[in-house]
Amino acid sequence: MTGGHVRIGVRRRDVIVGASAGAAILALMRSLPASAQDPAKTPAALKEFDAAFKQIVGEGKPVPGKLKLEIPEIAENGNTVPYLITVESPMTENDHIKAMHMLSTSNPQPGVASFTLTPLMGKASIASRMRLAKTQDVVALAEVSDGQFLVARRTVKVTIGGCGG
Amino acid sequence: MAVKPRIKLPARAKVGEVIEIKTLVSHVMETGQRRDQDGKVIPRMIIHTFTAKYDDKPLLEAKLWPGTSANPYFQFFMKVPGPGSFEFTWVDDAGTVINEKVELNVE
Repeated sequence: MTGGHVRIGVRRRDVIVGASAGAAILALMRSLPASAQDPAKTPAALKEFDAAFKQIVGEGKPVPGKLKLEIPEIAENGNTVPYLITVESPMTENDHIKAMHMLSTSNPQPGVASFTLTPLMGKASIASRMRLAKTQDVVALAEVSDGQFLVARRTVKVTIGGCGG
Repeated sequence: MAVKPRIKLPARAKVGEVIEIKTLVSHVMETGQRRDQDGKVIPRMIIHTFTAKYDDKPLLEAKLWPGTSANPYFQFFMKVPGPGSFEFTWVDDAGTVINEKVELNVE
């Protein structure tokens, strides 16, 4: 861990302090001016997430339910959090999943991975591992060959944040 | 970096069967967010693209961002069209290309 980690970590903690940190830190926080608490941090990350989300779906209205996102509810180590995205699809030329995307809502950058799928896969299911800087929602998107978008959203509690990402 | 990627395929596969493929490559996936002890930003160095082909036909492509963990791991599937070979490719920010070809044992 470098100095940079620590500094970034403290700033992020400002945002989640109410939920997770001790009373002593809370008291210290209250004594700080609002500007020192970096109130823009979370809204900025969320704004970037919204932009990334819109870039994928455009004017589309993603439908929840059909896309299954499996990810631990509690991640002890935010550096490597396993996830699995699955959609029941015949994966034929006429009816398949074209793309799947994984996004974070509160990492420094929202992008995790964007997958381009092919009917050759036979099954629309991808597993990988992601970083989570802190407790937050993660969002998976899938694009069906007919242009429809599917979405799933899950909250992951992070005990030890992953470094950036 | 020079470490050989790890690929896991079934020992044998039948035509039409949906098989599981697992790949793992060693890479730091430096996010570009971290600072060194002097406070200087450590430049981003990630694998930004992973592709899987079977007999030169695209199977899966992944664009990656710093939100993907170090040593990128992927698990995905293929419906076996017939005998052939996989080609897996990883490309990082320095332009380093890791390429791995594996034949599938089709009965």
